[in-house]
Amino acid sequence: MNTPADLRYAKSHEWVRMEKDRATVGITDHAQTELSDVVFVDLPKPGRKVNAGEVIATVESVKAASDIYAPVGGEITEANAALASDPGLINRDPYANGWLFRLKPTSAATDHLLSPDQYSASLQK
Amino acid sequence: MSDAVSESPLAPCHQAAGGRMIPFAGWNLPVQFSGLIQEHQATRQAAGLFDISHMGQIRAQGPGALACLEGLLANDPSKLSDGEGHYSFLTNDRGGVADDLFLYRLGPEDFFLVVNASRHKEVLDGLKRKEGPQVRFTGAPGSAVGMALQGPKAAKILAKLVPQGTPLPERNRISHANLEGRDALVARTGYTGEDGFEIFADLKTGPKIWTKLLELGKPEGLLPCGLGARDSLRLEAGLPLNGQDLSHEITPVEAGLGFFVDVGRPRPFPGRSILENQKKNGPARITIALRGEVGQPPPRHGYPVFFEGKKIGEITSGLPSPTLGHGIALALVNSPAPALGQLVDFEVRGRNVPAKVCKRKFLKNK
Repeated sequence: MNTPADLRYAKSHEWVRMEKDRATVGITDHAQTELSDVVFVDLPKPGRKVNAGEVIATVESVKAASDIYAPVGGEITEANAALASDPGLINRDPYANGWLFRLKPTSAATDHLLSPDQYSASLQK
Repeated sequence: MSDAVSESPLAPCHQAAGGRMIPFAGWNLPVQFSGLIQEHQATRQAAGLFDISHMGQIRAQGPGALACLEGLLANDPSKLSDGEGHYSFLTNDRGGVADDLFLYRLGPEDFFLVVNASRHKEVLDGLKRKEGPQVRFTGAPGSAVGMALQGPKAAKILAKLVPQGTPLPERNRISHANLEGRDALVARTGYTGEDGFEIFADLKTGPKIWTKLLELGKPEGLLPCGLGARDSLRLEAGLPLNGQDLSHEITPVEAGLGFFVDVGRPRPFPGRSILENQKKNGPARITIALRGEVGQPPPRHGYPVFFEGKKIGEITSGLPSPTLGHGIALALVNSPAPALGQLVDFEVRGRNVPAKVCKRKFLKNK
C-alpha cells in the first residue's frame, strides 16, 4: 500500500496534509481499495465547523455508504468539486486529485494522528 | 446460529484468484475479485461465475416426499413435472417467509431444494422432524459445492464443458450432466436476470469444475464474481433477498411475489388462509420499486420513504445501479401505494431525496 511520507493518518483511514493555515483531507490507498469503486460522495459545505473525530462526509460504493471522520478540527473552506462528476478520482488518485475537502485547522497539533510508519504498521494487524 | 465460520470448498480457488473474503451467513465467501462494477458488467455483457456453495442443497426422497412438501410450501409442488423447478416459499403461521427457495422435481419420489445459507440448518431441522418411513431428507451444510454461471455467454461456455451431445436444460429445468468425470446437477436458473445455470456437484469435483469453467470462459470474457456483484445484479433484476425484502414478518404477497403463492389447491400449508385473504383483498403493505436520480445519494436498506410529506414505509433493498447510473430500490410501504410514475422521497442523512415509482424489473424501465 502507498503511504506518502509527508502526510499524517487517522486510524479510521483518512489522511491529512498540514500546511500553513490549511489542512487537506482525503482517504488512504488502503481505504479506497477496501471500499472499491466509489460512485457517490457527500461533502461538507464551506463554513461548517467540525471537531476532530466527527463524521463530516460520506463516501459510497455500490455495496455500502462509509462515514468519513475529520482527522483535525476546524472550519471547512473548500470541498473537491471534481468528485461530483468523477468520484472515481478517489480510487485512481487518492492522495492528490482525489482529495475530499480542505479546512482551516483550529490547531496545528497532529499528535493524536499516526505517522506513515505507524499507519502502515496498523494495517499489518 | 453458531458464530463458527465455514470455509467454502472453493476457498483455495478464490485465494489463488485474489478474492477478497468476508464472513456471510456463517461462511467465508468472496465479496469481490477484480472489482464489483467490473464483475457486474462482465455478467451483463458476457458471463460471471459465482460461488454459491453456502446455499443449502436439500434432497427430499421417498414415496411420501411430494405429500410432505405440499403441506409446507406456498407454491404447489404437484404442478412440477420431472426435471422441472420453480420458486417457492416456506411460510410461517402468519404467512411470513421462513425461507424462499427453488424446488426441483428430479423424479416422482425425488425432490431437490436450494435454500438460503442463513436458514439452511433451521429448514433442514424442521424437515427432519417430518421424516418417517415415507420420506427422508438429506443435505447438511458444507456437504456439496454450488456455483452459478450467469450471463449471455453462459450457455456457450457450459457447452464446452459437458460431454459432446449433452443437451443443456431449458429455462427452469434441471438435468444430470457428467462434469469433470462425475455426475452433477445442472439447472437453468439464477439470481442475476440473465440466462444462466446453477451447477451442483460433490466436494471433490466442484473445485475442478470451477477451475475448468474459468479457463474455458476466459476467452468469452467470463470473470469470477463475488457477493457484491451478486447483490447488485439481483436487485437490478427486481429479485428479492431474504432477510431484507422477505422475512418472518413480511409475506410473499406483501413482497409483491403473490404469483408464487398457490391458494387454489386443496392441501393447506402454514399461513394459507392469511395469504389467501391478502391475495383476494390486497395486503395492508405492499412492495414498490423506486428509481433515484443521477447525482443524488443512492437509497439503502432501512431508509424511510415519504409520500406527500407522510412516512409510508421503508427501503428494503437499495443501491446505486451499475448499469443505470442512478439509485434503485425496493420499498415496503402502506397500501394503497403511490402509483407508477409518482414521486416519493427517501431520507438520507437527514435530507429528503426524490425517487420515482417504477417497474420492478429496473432494466426494463424506459
